[in-house]
Amino acid sequence: MRRTPLHGFHLEHKAHMVEFAGWEMPLYYSGILEEHAQVRTSGGLFDVSHMGRVKVTGRHARRFLERVCSRRVSDMTAGQCRYSLVLNEGGGVRDDIIVYRLDEDDFLLVVNASNRSKLMEHFEAVRSAGDLAVKLEDHTEKTAMVALQGPRVMELIGRYSKEIPSLKRYRFSVKNLLVMKITVSRTGYTGEDGIEAILPAGAVGMAMKFLLRDVDPSAAGALIRPAGLGARDTLRIEAGMPLYGHELGEGIGAWSCGVDFAITMEKDGDARGEPFVGQEALRRVMSEGGPKHRLVGLELEGRRAARQGMSVLSGETAVGTVTSGCLSPSLGKSIAMAFVEPSRVEVGSAVRVETGKGSVLEGRVVPMPFYKAAK
Amino acid sequence: MASPADRVYSSTHEWFQTQGDVVTLGLTRFAVNQLTDVTYVEMKKAGTKVKPGEPVGEVESVKTTSDVYSAVTGEIVEVNTALSDDPSLVNQDPYGKGWLVKIKASDSSGLSACLPQAAYDAQYPA
Repeated sequence: MRRTPLHGFHLEHKAHMVEFAGWEMPLYYSGILEEHAQVRTSGGLFDVSHMGRVKVTGRHARRFLERVCSRRVSDMTAGQCRYSLVLNEGGGVRDDIIVYRLDEDDFLLVVNASNRSKLMEHFEAVRSAGDLAVKLEDHTEKTAMVALQGPRVMELIGRYSKEIPSLKRYRFSVKNLLVMKITVSRTGYTGEDGIEAILPAGAVGMAMKFLLRDVDPSAAGALIRPAGLGARDTLRIEAGMPLYGHELGEGIGAWSCGVDFAITMEKDGDARGEPFVGQEALRRVMSEGGPKHRLVGLELEGRRAARQGMSVLSGETAVGTVTSGCLSPSLGKSIAMAFVEPSRVEVGSAVRVETGKGSVLEGRVVPMPFYKAAK
Repeated sequence: MASPADRVYSSTHEWFQTQGDVVTLGLTRFAVNQLTDVTYVEMKKAGTKVKPGEPVGEVESVKTTSDVYSAVTGEIVEVNTALSDDPSLVNQDPYGKGWLVKIKASDSSGLSACLPQAAYDAQYPA
């Protein structure tokens, strides 16, 4: 199992470690519910070093990315990041990624840990098929990545930088701090304000000490406390954000996933455009009447959670499948995401979830996100 | 932290404490650490007959849903109703206030397959 550069930090803070995508990661420190609340009310520190970080540079870097990304990248300015899908030829989802544009021909991709090696192979195949002048470098293991998320995170960051709290959402800045280069973006996966920072693996221990020098992250009421993958999952569900392996997958058509904003069908229309892998299949799906299922949010009665794979019924008829669910820690309600037939996507539609153990949870379709942070 | 020595432990991470012919069942600290925060407990009703290897109910956590199994044959005589108001008792005090059900056992021979405390803790350190 791989360990992140923050492994010592996790042990020091008494993390309960689990295997995740080949990495030994903290599931929780004090408890999932406590860490969830900490992120919603103040700030949480997540180690996300297991996520893949891939540099894409060279004369054809932009053109290469237009081919592998479902979303347009050519109009991105330096200092901007953007959410995109990477599709397979059938229009299914290889991964969802964040593209950082550092310069005209200089990009960084953040990809899911479980998909990193698969994507590297795919990228190499696209590069070689197009004979593109592109250099692909996997920087995952020589860097670390942490996410600071929560309404009070900027208070802490503001002690060290005036610029970062003024960054807009999905913008980033490369800072030189204490002789190390840190890439800081105003992004995240919790539905809260916050940042994600990429820094050299060897410097992350020192950086954490520096950042937390006036904070005792073990103390209740601390501005920032460590939070694990467990809270990361309940936070992203409340925020209505998809996760590969649940709402996204190779066998799931991109039109079903509720991320149409990340698909730019017309991007091959102009002179600088390129067709992207999977585009033909997506066009075909639309010309044949659209996707057979769409992602919706569900709210269910009672305190039982719907889990991935449970059937969604309308009356007695199966109309879909649950992809993720939990008892929402912030709302105290049972919430879930599910793929349902297009006739059932309307907000308010009555649905039932079959637990598979003889019980049925009554519910209805609700808008996502389930939880919105206060502005 | 050592588990209490006054009971036995199953490989599916339940504990069983015998007092006369009544066996109290709960989840171990190890199980609770794996489950994470418990959000909902649904045990079968008092009067339900149970057998070794059969579920006596389900425990849901913020992360997963898990069956809970009996190791004895008998009848559920009491369910811990405090857990419907505060399921987190299972996390806070798994060997005390977080107990799940009491079973009046007609055959406790299934307990011989369970582990004593030292062997359980050695195999499943919490």
